[in-house]
Amino acid sequence: MAELIAKSPCDGLLPVTVGGMSLTEEDPGAMWAVAPFNGEDKALSQALEAAHGMAFPAANRATGKAGSRAVWFGRGMALLMGPEPDAKLAEHAALTDQSDAWAVVRLEGQGAEDVLARLVPVDLRAAVFKRGHTVRSELKHMMASVTRTGPQAFQIMVFRSMAKTLVHDLKTAMEAVAARG
Amino acid sequence: MRITCPLCGERDRREFYYKGAALVRPAEGADLDVWHGYVNLRENPAGPLDELWYHEMGCNSWLKVTRDTATHEILAVQLASEAGLGGET
Repeated sequence: MAELIAKSPCDGLLPVTVGGMSLTEEDPGAMWAVAPFNGEDKALSQALEAAHGMAFPAANRATGKAGSRAVWFGRGMALLMGPEPDAKLAEHAALTDQSDAWAVVRLEGQGAEDVLARLVPVDLRAAVFKRGHTVRSELKHMMASVTRTGPQAFQIMVFRSMAKTLVHDLKTAMEAVAARG
Repeated sequence: MRITCPLCGERDRREFYYKGAALVRPAEGADLDVWHGYVNLRENPAGPLDELWYHEMGCNSWLKVTRDTATHEILAVQLASEAGLGGET
């Protein structure tokens, strides 16, 4: 049998450092879409809390912490990042394996907000977009998920097939922001 | 033009995809004339119109948006699933 070698979505593209900002690839572990059945929201949230230690996120919010996170991912859906979902969750929600389907990067440093301001048509400044906040929006015409993970740090996700475009667009914007000094 | 998504908040028009008039779907077994009206006949007002928009680049919700076709003012937005447009089970 062929020996298969796992390649991360941004393999050979990252890390990149521009000015005081760094763009690195995250290894999110397993990624599963969790979509509660009708009327099962509360039961699912309890099961998620019991199994993985975080509640089901409200709209535009993320729960949990690095390595085990639930990110709101659209209407009636969250993305569980890190652990394999507990079998009990399947009683209350549809589970779909999305592992390896998304490119996950981390943009960090002074000016990260300015970089995203050039690419995402949503106000992501710290005053209104705090740690644990997330948005589904577009990033230069790509469907994206953006989550604040720190005072100057964002987790950015797009479809894996767009990893190269994502890195190109982010790097270009980082260079433009850095050039302004 | 900005649309306030009930889930995501106020977003730019570029995140949305336009479908068309938001009509109440006839019940199963409805009269042929009723279906003819639903499928083919449209109002074309210079003023408020109920439309379906899809938040394609956001939360993937279908929305019923009331838009003034003359001014592009957005008068009301709600989830299509809660707008009583028919087809509920």
